[in-house]
Amino acid sequence: MTQAFDAFHQQALLETRANTALALARSLGADACEVGASVDQGVGVSVREGEVETVELSRDQGIAVTVYIGARKGSASSTDASDASIRVVVEKALAIARHTGEDPASGLADAELMASELPDLDVHHPWELTTEAAIDMALACEAAGREVAGIKSSDGASLSSGEGVRVYANSHGFLGSQRGSRHSLSCMLIAEDGSGMQRDYDYTTARDPRHLLAPEQVGASAAERTLRRLGAGRPATGRLPVLFDPSLASGLVGSLMGAIAGGALYRQASFLCDRLGDALFPEWFSLFERPMEVGAMASSPFDNDGVQTRDNVFIENGRLASYMLSAYSARRLGMQSTGNAGGARNLRIDAPLASRDELLARMGRGVLVTELMGQGVNAVTGDYSRGAAGFWVEDGKIQYPVEEFTIAGNLEAMLKGLVGVGSDTDTRGSIHTGSWLIDEMTIAGG
Amino acid sequence: MTSTAPHLPSQVQSQSSARDHDLLGQASEILLSPGGLGIDDLDAGLAHALGPGIDYADLYFQRSWHEGWVLEDGEVKEASYNIDGGVGVRSMAGEKTGFAYSNQISGEALAETGRTASGIVRTGKQLGVAPRLVVTSDSRYGGIDPLSGLSAEDKIAMLKLADRVARAADPSVSQVSASLSGVHEVVLVRASDGTLAADIRPLVRFNVSVIAVRNGRRERGSAGGGGRFAMARLRDENVAETYAREAVRQALVNLEAVDAPAGQLPVVLGPGWPGILLHEAVGHGLEGDFNRKGSSAFAGRMGQRVAAPGVTVVDDATLADRRGSMSIDDEGTPGQYTPLIEDGILTGYMQDKLNARLMGMAPTGNARRESFAHLPMPRMTNTCMLAGQDDPADILKSVKRGLYAVSFGGGQVDITSGKFVFSASEAYLIEDGRITAPVKGATLIGNGPEAMGRVSMIGHDMELDTGIGVCGKEGQGVPVGVGQPTLKLDELTIGGTQS
Repeated sequence: MTQAFDAFHQQALLETRANTALALARSLGADACEVGASVDQGVGVSVREGEVETVELSRDQGIAVTVYIGARKGSASSTDASDASIRVVVEKALAIARHTGEDPASGLADAELMASELPDLDVHHPWELTTEAAIDMALACEAAGREVAGIKSSDGASLSSGEGVRVYANSHGFLGSQRGSRHSLSCMLIAEDGSGMQRDYDYTTARDPRHLLAPEQVGASAAERTLRRLGAGRPATGRLPVLFDPSLASGLVGSLMGAIAGGALYRQASFLCDRLGDALFPEWFSLFERPMEVGAMASSPFDNDGVQTRDNVFIENGRLASYMLSAYSARRLGMQSTGNAGGARNLRIDAPLASRDELLARMGRGVLVTELMGQGVNAVTGDYSRGAAGFWVEDGKIQYPVEEFTIAGNLEAMLKGLVGVGSDTDTRGSIHTGSWLIDEMTIAGG
Repeated sequence: MTSTAPHLPSQVQSQSSARDHDLLGQASEILLSPGGLGIDDLDAGLAHALGPGIDYADLYFQRSWHEGWVLEDGEVKEASYNIDGGVGVRSMAGEKTGFAYSNQISGEALAETGRTASGIVRTGKQLGVAPRLVVTSDSRYGGIDPLSGLSAEDKIAMLKLADRVARAADPSVSQVSASLSGVHEVVLVRASDGTLAADIRPLVRFNVSVIAVRNGRRERGSAGGGGRFAMARLRDENVAETYAREAVRQALVNLEAVDAPAGQLPVVLGPGWPGILLHEAVGHGLEGDFNRKGSSAFAGRMGQRVAAPGVTVVDDATLADRRGSMSIDDEGTPGQYTPLIEDGILTGYMQDKLNARLMGMAPTGNARRESFAHLPMPRMTNTCMLAGQDDPADILKSVKRGLYAVSFGGGQVDITSGKFVFSASEAYLIEDGRITAPVKGATLIGNGPEAMGRVSMIGHDMELDTGIGVCGKEGQGVPVGVGQPTLKLDELTIGGTQS
């Protein structure tokens, strides 16, 4: 089971389609227009209990057109990229733009902001992988987990590998395109004791398949993570320090970025409205963006408006130094785009880092949280209340697993109460951070 | 609610109605004709997917048109239109599934995707495609295009009405956003077991969200709803005004909210949307795939007590015009009324064909997929607890100190450990049997079977939600409904900040 995919050919095809759509929109009456087009192809295999479960071949494509007539806007999209379909999409977008209201902030980003520096950021590493080889890797991963003493069964191991092309073009004459790839391997296992069943997982993901962890390492780690949850108790209700595992600390960064995103700010739907310059973190903490980092997960030289991305500093020595803005949200706030249409790309932290043991010692008595459940974050007020599982810590040491409790507080107090950042940095996603130790939250448990 | 017996295609061939044939004709015209195909050509297409060793294969054709209008700052500044469609081809051998899909619906695409999907195994018996049997199903909603019938001006007028009503309702309202969306979806299923079925599924929704500011404090309120009917009905029922007032009311309540308690307390859940409890605490754990694999906390407990006496939970795809309803599921099985827990005893799972076959059970019409580009799985439709005997006022009166939660955001469950959460977005303290101060949103956490065992009072006021649910499983989102009467859980952990 394989499908041919020539990314370079697809890139040329998408660029032609984007230009066709732009020309058509202009000829049918658009004053300005922009087009996004993409093609992605991949293979995904999953195995369970030593047998193949699914083999999926995916191929997705889409074209999206936004037109402007004066200060009015209309958008349409389709997964059918034929010439006839492109015409339907353009006509539909124009029809909508004749009905929408005038918006003085609408329109393309200013022409002088368009990206002119478009280097190859080395994020396209296709994997010549047969289905059989993919299955073998997933089986090896699962086997390494299943053979660990105490593992009852497997919920499966999956390998997915994909590559794609995306193109963005607008009527300023800007056209940016980028090829990319992503490969992942994950494993989920189940263990059981007198207290019931527990499951957990681990995964590895990379743009370059050579950077994936060995399948056996992922399986063994999944087993370890599953087994350590057995025999969990419930923590007592009270106010205690909380140590967030790196994968969850990146979620806190995500909540912060959501609150300083232009869209939330102009809608007043953020607890950080009008706070530019305020000390939100301790002064030893800074947070910045490296969108042009070579080979990184979210690298791109242009944002979703075609604007040149740049090295933003969002938190500088604890203070809110910049909002995260697209061309539209910037106009709404009377500011300039920060090249963040579509979000932040590759966030990094600058802070003194401490080992996990140092952080546990500093915490003394509290909870290490390794899993969070539910949405429980109110972006408007910063109120935070989520289900959790993890470990009870006493005398600076992990004592036993705990589950079925909540952690609650307010994001503003949590950020200000950041006591330390771990050196155990998780580099798998777009946000790289280690553990975060928060001085105090309310635990509700048994 | 009504109950319907499961239909198998082989039993109903001669009874297929004019309606079923009419739907097939329409779906064929929309899905197959543009690519030069007809229903007769699907046998050949299916044969490619039914390679050596394949024991079941199906073709799922889909086309959908989505329209969305958004109001902000009193103006409809944005609207979008999306067209999606293609064919998904699945080949199964025992527990193995091969899957491929294409945006093109043509003979060539069927041959290519069929060969790809059937590559999951290469040796074994070569089966033939069973003669086609048109599935008979009862219509659970009108087979209509919900987007037509309202002009663009009508749609914009509805959104502007919501804006005016919300702003007039209270001077503290500082932001209003409203949205109107609808999907017109056409599907056709042809499977090697003979199944031939089609459906036209409308789905619409109207939402209002407001921000209210008072004394430097800022809170949000939101309300919305919809179902499987025409957009025009949203206008005729004047939902713009209803949801605008409701969103403002909720924001004003939250402006007064005090910190929520932390710890274990009795919890009274209001009727309707708080039924998200059932969706998380028991629903997912009773989906066939998790029970076949033994990964659910409910696995192997069929016939055992898993909830307090009096608790009856059903999954009901047959409710008229509801968001989670389905005339047929995404494998062509008619939507059904499936009891899951009866008087506290576990009596049923939700099944698709694969898991039903492997467990020696009958499919229950719960096979659902986000689109042709996704594999179907057992999923919920409308999951409800049936009414009990208690007066809701008596339920509140019975609580000395506790929480009364009437509206929720999302929820989540770990089906293996049984731990689930759901987050209240509007809740009040109960003190000495009376509702007192509103409290800030808080997450509630419990263990599914344990929590259901603590249901001690069940109201006679069964209500369905307004039609806003989206369920996510393995990355696939599908529309769902929930419903329940007012009910009391003797103890649940509340994730507030006031310890």
